[in-house]
This record gives sequence, structure tokens and C-alpha cells, in this order.
Amino acid sequence: MSSVAQKKGFGAQVWDYLTTVDHKKIAIMYLAAGTLFFAIAGLEALFMRFQLMFPESTFVSAGTFNQLLTMHGTTMLFLAATPLLFAFMNAIVPLQIGARDVAFPFLNSLGFWLFFLGAVFLHLSFFMGGAPDAGWTSYASLSLYSPGHGIDFYVLGLQISGAGTLISGINFIVTIITMRAPGMTFMRMPLFTWTSLVSSTLILFAFPPLTVGLFLMLVDRMFGANFFDHTMGGNTIIWEHLFWIFGHPEVYILVLPAFGLFSEIIPVFARKRLFGYSSMVFATILIGFLGFMVWAHHMFTTGLGATANAIFAVATMTIAVPTGMKVFNWILTIWGGSIKVTVPMLYALGFIPSFVAGGVTGVMQAAAPLDYQLHDSYFIVAHFHYVIVGGIVTALFGAAHFYWPIMFNRALNEKLGVLTFWIFFIGFHLTFFLQHFLGLMGMPRRVFTYMGDQGWDLFNLISTIGAAMMGVGVILLVLNVLISIKSEPLNRRDYWGDGRSLEWALETPLPFYNFKQTPLVRGYDPYWIEKQEGNKEGMVYAEPVGDIHMPNNSILPLIMSIGTFIAAFGALYSPWGDQAIAGTADSVSPGLSVGLIVLGLGITVGAMIARSLKDDLGYHVHVAEIEAIEKDLAQYRATGKKGGNK
Amino acid sequence: MDLNTKFTPQNWPEHAEQATMEGKNKFVGFWIFLSCEVVLFASLFATYLALKDSGPAGMDLAKYSTKALYELPLAFAMTMILLTSSLTSVYAMYHMKNFNFKGVQTWMGITVILGLCFLGLEIYEFYHYVHAGFGYRHSAFSSAFFTLVGTHGLHVIIGLVWISCLIFRNMKRGLNLYNAPKYFVASLYWHFIDVVWVFIFTVVYLMGVLG
Repeated sequence: MSSVAQKKGFGAQVWDYLTTVDHKKIAIMYLAAGTLFFAIAGLEALFMRFQLMFPESTFVSAGTFNQLLTMHGTTMLFLAATPLLFAFMNAIVPLQIGARDVAFPFLNSLGFWLFFLGAVFLHLSFFMGGAPDAGWTSYASLSLYSPGHGIDFYVLGLQISGAGTLISGINFIVTIITMRAPGMTFMRMPLFTWTSLVSSTLILFAFPPLTVGLFLMLVDRMFGANFFDHTMGGNTIIWEHLFWIFGHPEVYILVLPAFGLFSEIIPVFARKRLFGYSSMVFATILIGFLGFMVWAHHMFTTGLGATANAIFAVATMTIAVPTGMKVFNWILTIWGGSIKVTVPMLYALGFIPSFVAGGVTGVMQAAAPLDYQLHDSYFIVAHFHYVIVGGIVTALFGAAHFYWPIMFNRALNEKLGVLTFWIFFIGFHLTFFLQHFLGLMGMPRRVFTYMGDQGWDLFNLISTIGAAMMGVGVILLVLNVLISIKSEPLNRRDYWGDGRSLEWALETPLPFYNFKQTPLVRGYDPYWIEKQEGNKEGMVYAEPVGDIHMPNNSILPLIMSIGTFIAAFGALYSPWGDQAIAGTADSVSPGLSVGLIVLGLGITVGAMIARSLKDDLGYHVHVAEIEAIEKDLAQYRATGKKGGNK
Repeated sequence: MDLNTKFTPQNWPEHAEQATMEGKNKFVGFWIFLSCEVVLFASLFATYLALKDSGPAGMDLAKYSTKALYELPLAFAMTMILLTSSLTSVYAMYHMKNFNFKGVQTWMGITVILGLCFLGLEIYEFYHYVHAGFGYRHSAFSSAFFTLVGTHGLHVIIGLVWISCLIFRNMKRGLNLYNAPKYFVASLYWHFIDVVWVFIFTVVYLMGVLG
């Protein structure tokens, strides 16, 4: 139970992770799964860059290239960036607000397994007749007529993993609203908790339209409905609206927690209070709100009319205002600070100019007339990679270095980290900076090859070299992680020496209940306040030592998720698909298809009913046990050996 | 508050559904879940409005249009049944406040019966349309109609299974602070289903026939 390494059989450890409801372990699972899919999607990107290195290259075929670009985008956004951010949200948010776990530990586990099995389902497409090939946006006019089962895998896999994301989003909102320690008012919450709250709220309102869109696509392709088929009175633009009502907020769902991570990193290493805290909170909420008002800027060329385009153009430019507020606040936090340039700080310093560049090109595209020129060119590719790599990936790498001591009781190597940063950062700019100009010179995005001597050859070559450097950077980071496993445990609190929020007040390794006594929060940056006042323990407490109530582990979340996985196969091979729309040559008999759906959903619903019928009251860790665990941990921290107390 | 306390109507807390931390979380979480359900149905309504009366070129609008298909008396009867079932679930909550377990079970049971009546009428209606040639694959209009109203119907089925399980699981347990929030959120869910139906009745049926 405790996070101290215990002599446990391998099977018992696997079972522990399959059934765990502990937010710290779920965070590690999100981190591992997210890294896996990040690596897969990164390889897909490298294959594409190698294909585009020289004109008229034949490294991959056009069809394969379409699958690569679709899976790269889909995987990076849904299955890499989202779970990696969830990993940090799970690991850090409960600690920052002084909670022992999230509000719904069971749902936390369910969210993870749904995400993971949905992701696995999507990737099975590679081995079962071809991956989706209609782009991550999967516009209906294209995807409806895509032969084979690729799009079906996309629709069903994202449906399952999207449900998991939605569940986790609800869980984080409730956790942050109801589980805060005494004194942790909303306007004392660390910025990462704030951005997690706003980002979860965006998940709440953005994912249902995607669910509906995916469902409509599912029934259109697999059960012969007519939502997007214009010959039957359908309208393909409905997909574009539903997708972008989800898709635009999705960008903010990812980038807001990244902003939050940098807002944690910068004050620690500038050794100054975050500048303009309340304006940061206000800007976060404003970005979240405006994020829902701008989806049609992805559809300027669809033909919605000048009025609609003008409204959405202005709304889009408005977002630059709160984002600009944030950038200036970060700069002013650094300004006059006593700066320590560690690896997380390096990423933060690299982030600010890169992200601003991505933001500025975003405002350029917000001007609808100019967008008619830029649409579907490499300029767009350059823009969103500056935002996503420059904003989100740098945040994830920086946060990995920053929070590794809390999550694993080990530190990542600084020197290797600095090397990784420079290789990755230079590679990133080499890859994407020139793509702006490729776009302006007229190179369209999503093409698998191009003719030579159009002035594109050199830039494409340099871009590929940059991509290879990014690949090397990622390998070095993984190497750093592997080295850290062998390194000495830290066994201390406040690794960076200048921690400000509650998570740094805890000594690692953490006991499974996080806080022996719930802390009392006396102001913004509570740990900083206690350190200023010479409090050696780093916390004041809101309660005496007492019994701690903890949730039970459960295998049911995994079983529920497996049920949806089985049902998805039933829908995939449905014989009711429209032959004219997509080939269903390998469809199974109606009985088998319905049988699989009923079996799968039966397992899911059965597990839900089993969950409902049995009382699950959790258990109490009694004072004597707490003392024994604490004694054990103290002994482990002092000697590196585990006592026999638990 | 301790889950093992023996309660009487005198010491039963005012807001039993929020008396424990778990109950409070469930209460807040469920409201938040309902807000995402609102967006889900809003998307379906938008799709329906975009596609109503739209079908393949030459679709016989005299036969397959909102005006020709829908029958207001039936939709009105369904509305009244579902509204009444919402009222009976309020009665159940009223008895829960007074720690009258028998009252809770009885009124929840009546809610389920009314829900079943509603579902029966909906199935009859769907059967009637399919029989008239207006199947799921008939046109964009039919797909949109069945998806919107059918999603609501699916919510009704889930609600019925859920409330039935609650009645069954608590028969021997009686009312306590562990299952009070369960009843409460189930009744919230049932109200939500009712509210969605009010919109379906207005937007689909009333505006379809009269608009």
C-alpha cells in the first residue's frame, strides 16, 4: 500500500496497478501510457519527414502517408498530450490543494482504463486492415467514403477514450471544488490547480459535441444512417461544426494546464511570487470562455458567409488579449528575480518566445481574408506546431524534470537535461520555422510528395534534419528517465529548495494517504509562508492525528472498459453498413455483430450493477497504523531499508 | 457523519444527501455531469433542426414530414405521463427528507411504472413510423429524429434500470447516509430526463406540427 518499495511478487504488483484507485499510481500509469503513444506518434512524424526530405521520394506510399498523418495528429492530441497532462494533474493537483485523494477514486481508475483501451483499440487498426486516413479532423465528405475499417477504428476508439477523458474531467472539477484543505480558498489556489479546473470545465462542454459527432459518423458508416450523406438529405457541414465546437476548445484544454505548469515553474526559479496572480486567474477563465466562441475560424473557407467570418475573426483576435496578459505576467515574474537556470526553467524560458511566435501567426490566420491564402498550407502546420510543441511539449518536458522528485522520489539528471533541451529546442525551430515560408511559397499540407526545383527542396531537407534532432532529444529524455531509476532516492522535501505550494512541503516518498494531518492553508503560496516564518515542518495542521478514511481498490473499472472494447468490435464488423458508402466486405453475420455488442455492453452494465449492489464504504487507517507507517517511512528515509511494520 | 448511526425521523439530517463527504461529492459531481448532458442534447437538437424534413431528392413530403407524421395527442399523453413521473419522484424525495423509507420506495416504484408506460408509448410510436416506411435509414430526417428521440429513450431506459436497482438493493438495508445520495441523484437524473422531454415536445412535436 505505501509507496515505499515493498518486496512483493510481480503478479501482486501488476494486480495492484490493475486495481489501484490511488491518484499517484494512476498518474504513473497515465505517464507511462502517454509516453508510449507519444513515442509512436513521434515515429509516425519522423516517417513523414523522411518521406518529405527529398522531392518525389518513394519511402512510403501515398496511402501509408495518409494513415501516418492521421494517426500522428490523432494520437498526439488525444492519446499523448491529454494523458501526459492528466498524469501531472493526477499527481500534483490533490497535493496542491491538501487532499488525500481525488473526489471519485473509482472513476479516476475507470477514466484511465477507458482511455487506455480506447487507445489500444485505435492502434489495432494498423494490424487489422489499415489505419484511419482522413486526417485527425476526419471531415465527413472524406471519411464517409474511406474504404476499409480505418475510420471505424477512429470513431470507436475515440468514442471510448473520449468517455474516459470526460469522466476524468468531471472528477477533477469536483475534486477541486470540494476537496480543498481548510483555508485553501479559490483565490489561494496555485495556478496549475486553477488551469486544471478551467481545462476540465472545457472538457465538460467540449467533449459531448465530439461524442455526438462520432456517434453520427458511427451510425452513418456502420448502420446506414444518413446524417452526412447529401444524396439522402444529409449535410456534411454538420460534422465540421460538431468537430470544431469540440476541436477548438481541445487546443485550450491542452494548453491551459501547460500555462499552469509554467506558472508553477517560473516563480520557483525566479524566486519571486507569481506576478499578477489574480489577473492570471482572470485570463485563464477568459481564455476558457472565449475558446468556445471561435470554432468557425477553422471553417473560414467553408463558405459560411462574410458576416459569420467577420464575427469569428474578431472573436479569435480577442483571445490574444488574455494570452498576452499571461505572457507579460510571466516576464514580469522573471524580471528582477534571483534567477536559477535549471532544466525546468530552461524549458520555461524557451517556451515564452516560441509560444508567442505561434500566437502571432495565429492572429495572422484570424484575419479571414489572409486565411484564404494560408488555409491548408504548411503555414498552418508551422503555426500549430509552434503552439503545441512550443507550448505543450516544452511544458510536459519541463514539468517532468520539475515534478519527478515528487512523483518518483528520484531526480532527473540536470546536465543530460540541459543537453536534451538544447538538442530538442534547436531541432524544433529548425523543423517548424522554415515551414512558415514553405507555406507562404505555396506548399500544401497533407501532401505525400512534391516536385523538385520549386524552391522547397532545401527547406524540406532542413526541416527533416530538425525533426531527427527532436527525435534524438526525446531519446535522451527517455535515457534520463532510465538512468534516474538507478539513481539514489532523494528522501527529502522541497527538492528545488524554493518550492512555494503545498506539494513541496511533503517529504518523499509519500505515504499512500499523502497527508498524515490535513494542512491549514494560511495564504497564497502556503509552503513559502511557513518557510518564511521558520516553521521546520513546513505546514500547520487543521486537525489532530486521527483515523484516515481511504477508498478500496477495485478491478471493476478495468472490466467495464473491457466490455466497451468488446462491444466496439461488434459495431466495427456490423453488416448494416451502407455498401455504397464504405466497403463492408468482411462484415460478420447480424447475429455475431449484435451478439458481440450485447455481450460487451452486458459486461459493462453488469459490472456497473455489481458496483451498485454492493456497499463500498472504503476502510479506515487507524492512528496506530498511521504511526507505524510513518515510523517505517522515517526509517526508510534514514537508512534506505524497509522496516517490518507494514 | 458516521454511517452506522441508527437514525430516526428526529435525528435524520436536513440534507441527508450531502451529510457525508462522499454524498456531497456525488451531489456536486452529478450536477456537473448533467451540464455535460445538456451540451450533448443541445448538439442533437441542433442536428435535428438542421436536418428535419430533409431527405433524398423527391422524398414525398405529404407522407414523410413533421406535419404528416407526428400525432400531437400521443405526444401530449407521453408528456403528461413523464411530467407526472417527475412529480412522483419529488414525493419520494419528500419522504426521504422525513425519513419515511416506505414512502421513498413506494413513490420511486410508481415513478418506474410511469416511466415504463412512457417507454411503451414511445416504442409504439417508433413501431408505427417504421411500419409506415419511415425507418432509421429512410432519410437524413428519419436518422436525426430517431437519434434525438431515441437517445432520450435510452436515457429513460438507463434511468429505469438504475432506479429499479436502487429499490431492489435497498429493500433490506433501509435508509441511511450511504444510499440517501444515491436516491437523490437518481431523482435529479429523472428530472433532467423530464426537462429534455419538455424540449423535445416543444421543438420536435409542437414546432413540427404547428410551426
